[in-house]
Amino acid sequence: MVLNRLFRRRAEPDVQVQQGLEKTRRGVFLEITRLFDRSTMDDELYEDLEMLLIQADVGWDVSQRLVEDLRSQVRDRRIVHPTDARELLRNDMVALLELATRNRKVKILQRGVPWVILVVGVNGVGKTTTIAKLAAYHQRFGRSVMLAAGDTFRAAAIDQLQIWGQRLDVPVIAHGPGADPGAVVFDAMQAAHNRGADVLIVDTAGRLHNKTNLMFELGKIRKVMQRHVESAPQEVLLAIDATTGQNGLIQAQEFSKSVAITDIMIAKLDGTAKGGIAFSVAKELGTPISYIGTGEKATDLAEFHPDTYVDSLFFGVGEGL
Amino acid sequence: MFESLSDRLNETFGRLNRKGRLTEQDVDDAMREVRRALLEADVNFKVVKDFVAAVRERAVGQDVLRSLTPAQTAIGIVNEELVRVLGTDREPLRLPERPPQILMMVGLQGSGKTTHTGKLALQLRKEGRNPLMVAADLQRPAAVNQLQALGKQVNIPVYAEGTTGSSPVTVAVNAVKHAMERGYNPVIIDTAGRLQIDEPLMAELVTIRDRVNPTEILLVADAMTGQEAVGVAQTFHDRLAVTGLILTKMDGDARGGAALSIRAVTGVPIKFIGTGEKLDALEPFYPERLAGRILGMGDVLSLVERAQELTDDKDAERLQNRMIKGQFDLEDFLDQLQKIKKMGPLSQLMEMIPGLGSQMRQAKAQISDDDYKRIEAIILSMTPQERRRPEMVRGRRLNRIARGSGTQRNEVNQLLKQFRDMQGMMAQFGKMAKKGKLPANLPFDF
Ligand SMILES: Nc1nc2c(ncn2[C@@H]2O[C@H](COP(=O)(O)OP(=O)(O)OP(=O)(O)O)[C@@H](O)[C@H]2O)c(=O)[nH]1
Ligand SMILES: Nc1nc2c(ncn2[C@@H]2O[C@H](COP(=O)(O)OP(=O)(O)OP(=O)(O)O)[C@@H](O)[C@H]2O)c(=O)[nH]1
Ligand SMILES: [Mg+2]
Ligand SMILES: [Mg+2]
Repeated sequence: MVLNRLFRRRAEPDVQVQQGLEKTRRGVFLEITRLFDRSTMDDELYEDLEMLLIQADVGWDVSQRLVEDLRSQVRDRRIVHPTDARELLRNDMVALLELATRNRKVKILQRGVPWVILVVGVNGVGKTTTIAKLAAYHQRFGRSVMLAAGDTFRAAAIDQLQIWGQRLDVPVIAHGPGADPGAVVFDAMQAAHNRGADVLIVDTAGRLHNKTNLMFELGKIRKVMQRHVESAPQEVLLAIDATTGQNGLIQAQEFSKSVAITDIMIAKLDGTAKGGIAFSVAKELGTPISYIGTGEKATDLAEFHPDTYVDSLFFGVGEGL
Repeated sequence: MFESLSDRLNETFGRLNRKGRLTEQDVDDAMREVRRALLEADVNFKVVKDFVAAVRERAVGQDVLRSLTPAQTAIGIVNEELVRVLGTDREPLRLPERPPQILMMVGLQGSGKTTHTGKLALQLRKEGRNPLMVAADLQRPAAVNQLQALGKQVNIPVYAEGTTGSSPVTVAVNAVKHAMERGYNPVIIDTAGRLQIDEPLMAELVTIRDRVNPTEILLVADAMTGQEAVGVAQTFHDRLAVTGLILTKMDGDARGGAALSIRAVTGVPIKFIGTGEKLDALEPFYPERLAGRILGMGDVLSLVERAQELTDDKDAERLQNRMIKGQFDLEDFLDQLQKIKKMGPLSQLMEMIPGLGSQMRQAKAQISDDDYKRIEAIILSMTPQERRRPEMVRGRRLNRIARGSGTQRNEVNQLLKQFRDMQGMMAQFGKMAKKGKLPANLPFDF
């Protein structure tokens, strides 16, 4: 394909990511590729680009920055062909995400010490489903996994996690509805230790970041963990819904204040939303985006790679292969 | 990150005020700020484009440029247009006389369908009806248990079948039959979350609709939704002819621009807002509140409502009158602050005050009791006369107040500026009320 020649891809295609993102790229970002099929770099192109970025929830600030950067690079390097400009834009977008991805901690599982993953986020973003996905993910590496039903608040949240536990054959530590999440976590830490689990994943109730008391509770849960294992939770994963608009950045900021977020996952990228808030989050917080969710099944999880992500967004499956 | 539009417009026009004369270019600049504010509030870019064009036309027609307070006039226009698009009339649930009255909940995954099935059921029972909830989500793990647990909480029956052997369509059809036999009415059907591009699942909703013929098809949408709200709502509407929108998670701090987009594109009325996880957290929709929120100008009406909970009726009436007449002064403000402080977290209160919330957030400062004490100290250091006429605070008075309250001059100035913005907004609501643009059933009468 012409596109292919004009715009060499760098990353090894990640099939799973691409399938999940197929719909995503069919919308806005394929249009980004097309945008640069024009013959000249004129103001209209920049304006259209800004609109396309905004449409992808990249946000006003970051869109503005990306467009301005492109403008000045095109000027400084005297670029005339839009396709060359596209390459610059792509690099810029990848660089923005890589800035954050570089901060990702390498997982070093210690023998006899459970690797504890605390999963947090606002209501309904996909935390519990992500936990099932993560359990399956770690199982694929041959790790023994345990789950803790730390959401004792929402109706049938415990049942939901237990059903996933049964499906994946993973033990779930749970108390009854309304129990103290701290107590559940305490027991789970103990159990993970006793049974020599490699990974313990803790579910929490959805909470809006502007509810001070609920955010405070997360800190308490963290302390309970640290009483058992000083380094726990080794991973604090914030789930963000890909459909979320500009509030996603505030979510990331506020959750980071309450519980040192180490990783971010973007759920529901199989929908039409583009998850463009990832760029703002990477730019403002530098917290690595580690996973994406691409469906409702336990296997619908992929690692996040900036290259592949941006490429998939520009090209999608097949075209570049 | 989010400065309020009023701050930005004040800046835009203020800058030019000093030049002495405002030009067409200034209107363009102002419109750029309006556009930005709406985009930051997640209003869809296409909707923004049309919206700004409409505002621009009115702005030129009404001579914003010759107005003494161009920023306030411009905001007034933006605000009115927002309210117009959001819909000025309250639209209650359509519940025809003859049963069965059937409500069907649809939407993306995790938007709040199941929770709002419970909320609506509770509300309808409070109105003296005998509702039945239907667990037609056989997909999400424990979705049936979730609805049953909610049913138990409020003692409202739930119709459910085993997840094997039945389908959402048969569950819905059987549930309606069951309700007719037992005299339950209305029937509220919870469905599984689905992507609007999932063709088989969308077709399933169409089948359910055709089989049970609902009186209301309610699209449940998350207030935090970004640009895609339009695509989602449009598709659900095209396939199902949605009759109403429920905007959930409004207890968060999202601007809620998605609601404007959805309403503008589909014309479907917003019927309720969800303001919490508990089943009583369901409120009617007030366009003017959302308008203020989208513009980041706080939620004056909610502020008033809270204040009202603490003041007696006579007091409240006096207060409202002062507000619309633009007579609400720092004395009233102080009085309200002191009363509302008893109401709970100060940060929430601050969020409701135009300008204040965004300023605080911008400064990345937690709103603490210290802030409150500072504001209180500033106002207490003013003479009663100054509190009634804050515009007289300048020069030496400013120094004295700053010294008296242990603050800096700019802090005093900032408070005064924010207060002016707030007065502007209140006067705006007052004007709208006089023109009859506010619905009759506001929490208080103007
Ligand atoms: N399409 C799609 N749906 C998803 C994805 N992840 C989760 N979901 C769905 O989103 C809905 C909410 O998911 P949950 O995992 O229950 O979300 P949660 O954050 O735990 O919700 P709360 O605990 O209530 O705050 C469910 O219907 C999930 O099946 C995803 O990646 N893609
Ligand atoms: N803060 C807040 N949370 C809400 C509101 N409405 C629903 N929630 C929460 O959002 C999450 C998802 O709500 P559900 O009712 O399970 O959403 P759903 O649309 O039925 O989800 P699926 O069936 O998985 O598609 C739960 O944690 C609810 O408690 C609201 O108005 N405010
Ligand atoms: Mg959950
Ligand atoms: Mg549900």
